[in-house]
Amino acid sequence: MAKIHVTTEINGDEVEFLCEPDQTLLDVLRDELNLTGSKEGCASGDCGACSVMVDDRLVCACLVLGAEAESTSIETIEGMADGEELHPLQQKFLEHAALQCGVCTPGFLVAAKALLEKNPDPSETEVRYWLAGNLCRCTGYDKIIRAVMDTAADMRGS
Amino acid sequence: MTMRYERPETLDAAIALLADAPTRTRILAGGTDLLVQLRAGMIEPDLVVDIKAIPEMRAITAEDGGFRIGAAVAGAELSEHPEVKKLWPGVVEAVDLIGSTQIQGRCTMVGNLCNASPAADSVPAMIAAGAAVRIVGPSGTRELPVEEVVTAPGQTALGDGEFVTSVFLPARSGRSGDAYLRFIPRTEMDIAVVGAGVSVSLDESGTCTAARVGLGAVAATPLLVPNAAAALVGTRVDEQALARLGSAASAVCRPIDDKRGTIEYRTKVAGVLAKRAAIIARDRANGIAATGGAH
Repeated sequence: MAKIHVTTEINGDEVEFLCEPDQTLLDVLRDELNLTGSKEGCASGDCGACSVMVDDRLVCACLVLGAEAESTSIETIEGMADGEELHPLQQKFLEHAALQCGVCTPGFLVAAKALLEKNPDPSETEVRYWLAGNLCRCTGYDKIIRAVMDTAADMRGS
Repeated sequence: MTMRYERPETLDAAIALLADAPTRTRILAGGTDLLVQLRAGMIEPDLVVDIKAIPEMRAITAEDGGFRIGAAVAGAELSEHPEVKKLWPGVVEAVDLIGSTQIQGRCTMVGNLCNASPAADSVPAMIAAGAAVRIVGPSGTRELPVEEVVTAPGQTALGDGEFVTSVFLPARSGRSGDAYLRFIPRTEMDIAVVGAGVSVSLDESGTCTAARVGLGAVAATPLLVPNAAAALVGTRVDEQALARLGSAASAVCRPIDDKRGTIEYRTKVAGVLAKRAAIIARDRANGIAATGGAH
C-alpha cells in the first residue's frame, strides 16, 4: 500500500510527510518528524501525554491518524517556548516543581495553555476538570494545579 | 496491514465508496473509539472513510424548530453552541460527559451511538429527547429513532454500506426541560454504572403533558422506558409521581453483574437517578435554574 502524502502546518511551519494509512499523528510526530516532545503514555487516549492542538482544538495525537493532519494547523510542545524564552506556564512549572519524571509534562503544558487561552481566569475546580484527561503518577497534581493557577494570575497581571 | 484511508469531500462520494467497499469498512469521525480499537487489534478494516471533509457532517443546522447535528460535530463544538444548549441542556451535558477535554475535541454524538456500548453517556439523553438519526446507504436515505439504533453490545441496525450522517434533536414546547445524570464511583473520567435521561413538557399549570425516559448501562442496549414516562404524565411531577417513575425505571433493568456494579445495585440506582434527573428536568421546564448533572 502506497504511503499517504500529507501537507500540514506544525508550529507555524509548513511541513510535508509520508505516512502509512494506519499510522497515528503521534507516531508521525515522533518517528518521522523527530518532534519527540509529545509522549506516548497509554496510546489509547487516557493519559494525555500526547496532547497537541489540531486546528485550535486540544486532542490526543495518539487518537488522530497522520493522514487526518492534511491541511490542518498543528501546535506541539516544541512550539511553546519563544526561542530561549520559556512560556509563562513552563516557567511556573519549574518554580512550583510541578514535575518529577517529566513524561506527562508536555501534555500538561499544552493542555493548560489551551485552557488559559479559552479562560484566563479559571477556578481551581475548572482547572482540575480541564486537566482530568492528563495523568501524572509523580506529583499528586497539587503542584501542577498551583502552577497553572499562578500562571493565570500572572498573565492577568494581578 | 493493508488498510486504505479515504477522505471524500461529498456525501455522494462517501456513499459510493461504501457501496463499492469490501465488508470490513469503518467510518472515521472523531476516531476516539476507532483508533483505540485499531490499536488493540480488535478491528482490522480494509477501508476507513474519514467523513470530516464533507461539509454537512461538520454542521449544526436549525431545522423545524430543532437542530440537526452532523455526524462529525465534536462534543466541544456542541457545548459551544448556545442555542442547542438552551433547547436541550441535558443532551449537551450528557455529550460533555464523554471522556476528557482532549476526547471532547474529537468525540461525536453519532460515534457514541454507533459504538453501541450499553453505557454510552449521550444515548439515554438522546432517547429522552426523542432524537432520530438520518442514515444513508446504497438504497437511499432513512430515519431511525435513536432507541432503535443499538441492537446489542457493539451491534447496530445499520445495514451493509449504510452510515449515520446526522442526529436530529426536535423542537419542543415552551415549558420543557431535560436532564441526564450518570453514576460513577469517582468524579470524572469513568464509564457509567447507570445513566438516566429524562425529558418533560408541562402545561401552564405545571402538569406534565409529555415525558420520555432513557436508561443506560442497565441492559444490553440503552433503553426507552415508556412506563417510567407514563408515571409522570398527568401529574405535577410530585413525590408520588417520582416514586412511581423510580419503580418503573428499576423494573425494566436487566443489567450485568460486574466489578463496577452488581445487578441489585444498578437496579436500585437506576430508579434513584431517574427520579433525580426528572426533578432537574421539571425544574428546568419551570424556569428554575438547575445546576445540572455535568461531571
